[in-house]
Amino acid sequence: MHPEKPIEMKQFISFVRKEFHHIFRDRTTMAILLILPVLMLLLFGYAINTEVKNSKIAVYDPSNDTYTRAIIEKMQASEYFSVVKMLKNEQEMSEQFKSGEVKMVIAFSENFHENLLHTGDAQIALIADATDPNSAKSVVNYATAIIAGYQLESQQLQQIPFQIDTQIKLLYNPQMKGAYNFVPGVMGMILMLICAMMTSISIAREKEMGTMEVLLVSPVKPAMLIIAKTIPYFFISLINLTTILLISVFILGVPVAGSLFWLLALSLVYIFVNLSLGLVISSVVNNQQTALLISGMVLMLPVIMLSGMMFPIENMPVFFQWISQLIPAKWYIIGVKQIMIKGLGFSAIMPQLAVLSGMAVLLIAISIKKFKYRLE
Amino acid sequence: MEKVIVVENLTKAFGRFKAVDQISFEVEKGEIFGFLGANGAGKTTAMRMLCGLSIPTSGKAIVAGYDIRTQPEMIKKNIGYMSQKFALYEDLTVAENIRFYAGIYHVPEKEIAPRTQKLLERLGLEHEKDSLVKALPLGWKQKLAFSVAVFHHPGIVFLDEPTGGVDPVTRRQFWEMIYEATDSGITVFVTTHYMDEAEYCDRVSIMVDGKIAALDTPANLKKEFDANNMDEVFYRLARNASRKAD
Repeated sequence: MHPEKPIEMKQFISFVRKEFHHIFRDRTTMAILLILPVLMLLLFGYAINTEVKNSKIAVYDPSNDTYTRAIIEKMQASEYFSVVKMLKNEQEMSEQFKSGEVKMVIAFSENFHENLLHTGDAQIALIADATDPNSAKSVVNYATAIIAGYQLESQQLQQIPFQIDTQIKLLYNPQMKGAYNFVPGVMGMILMLICAMMTSISIAREKEMGTMEVLLVSPVKPAMLIIAKTIPYFFISLINLTTILLISVFILGVPVAGSLFWLLALSLVYIFVNLSLGLVISSVVNNQQTALLISGMVLMLPVIMLSGMMFPIENMPVFFQWISQLIPAKWYIIGVKQIMIKGLGFSAIMPQLAVLSGMAVLLIAISIKKFKYRLE
Repeated sequence: MEKVIVVENLTKAFGRFKAVDQISFEVEKGEIFGFLGANGAGKTTAMRMLCGLSIPTSGKAIVAGYDIRTQPEMIKKNIGYMSQKFALYEDLTVAENIRFYAGIYHVPEKEIAPRTQKLLERLGLEHEKDSLVKALPLGWKQKLAFSVAVFHHPGIVFLDEPTGGVDPVTRRQFWEMIYEATDSGITVFVTTHYMDEAEYCDRVSIMVDGKIAALDTPANLKKEFDANNMDEVFYRLARNASRKAD
């Protein structure tokens, strides 16, 4: 009898080599796997843009004094707004919104300057078209910031003692770049897609084709089969991780502010979570289509909707907030933001690392148990 | 003669349903043992137990000298298996498939090349070595699958309806390969739906309702049931079955 170790190793190598053959032979899928992250990043980077630039606004200014004109000038001068219309009466306001021509109307109260000086009760209304709530919110935020800035300036000039000093400072992402938000999101999505979806499909295919039966009769140990299956997708996701980071640093201008080491460590744990998730899925499905559907519906949708990538989790109903806790991508995306954007260190991602490690251990245990169960 | 499979009162129950009900038989080295039965008679369950895939509820069986209950890993190393579904990888080449199975069955490295060469010559597939398996006609695929199943020179090869969907000429060639395998000392345990194939077996067992209803050489069975061919033998036994075919 030969020693056990090298034989097991040879078996393992044969298996991994076979898996790579599958992937390299399927050129289309491989191309998609490698190009998808690039496409998604560029799509989010250029096509889907929630940043505010040259938003069309209208102004209703019944006072028309030095103050109001100065504020309007400020608006016009900023790169965020372009004033396209001066409204003559309030009636015109609703027409403007109905035609959809402007994103926001700035309405000053009458005798603005006078009121400001004497009663302190000068009012500005910011009325935004909230059909697209995200962009309405940012338009209003920008306008508020500009007005506050102007207020500060004029306060310094006139030394009015009772006015409140409002200062706005946008931390970590001073230019409000969308890329700072979606790069971590795309990382979470792509790694999940490749690891979980592809692993589950590749095992489901063995079942569908009947080769799984032959493998089960062979001396291959289930644990080895499982590990060998995941290795190619592990490598592909490492390639993708590199591509994403290179694109985000050199093309989208999102730097890795914190430690690259901990970013990679966090990503590795996240990859393990998804690989084992793929294994769990494959243990309950018997064909590729179901595997695809489950990974698509059960994994992709919550990641897009509930991970905080698109919509802030704090705004969700409590029920969905609870569900979002169960989504690995949510923890990963937060962790990536901590390191990449905020430049924080290990201590800041400890909770995320802990939760993801816990999930990985749990899922691997389930998948091995499930797999053995199927053997019987 | 050396016994390579010894089965005693082997039973597999799922709840109260006995899929395999106290079967006993022996298979000798180099024999072609036909394992027949209607769908649902318990063939597949019995075969899964013999391959170490499923643990029996009661009874015992020794396959290739190992106990199916305690040494399934040893059994897996010493048997070959070909399933009713065609089970090579279609998106791999002929050579890659052989290489893969050689690897997982621990065929020594220096043996792989000469054995592959011999196999390809035998099948007349020398020029298809680097073709994808999906490009081959079904008959060739089946022959290749069989050759791969015995590539590691197992003591016993289990064939689960190996010739399903194959034309009669190819089936004939397939059986020639089975005979060649037995000449080199391999024992063949085969299930089939084709009664003409049952005639090629040295001995045939027929399962009805989880039990072995008959076991003998095809000639003796025909004599016993006063039948002209195995088809009639099978029909006489199977029509009394209480389990409906699925």
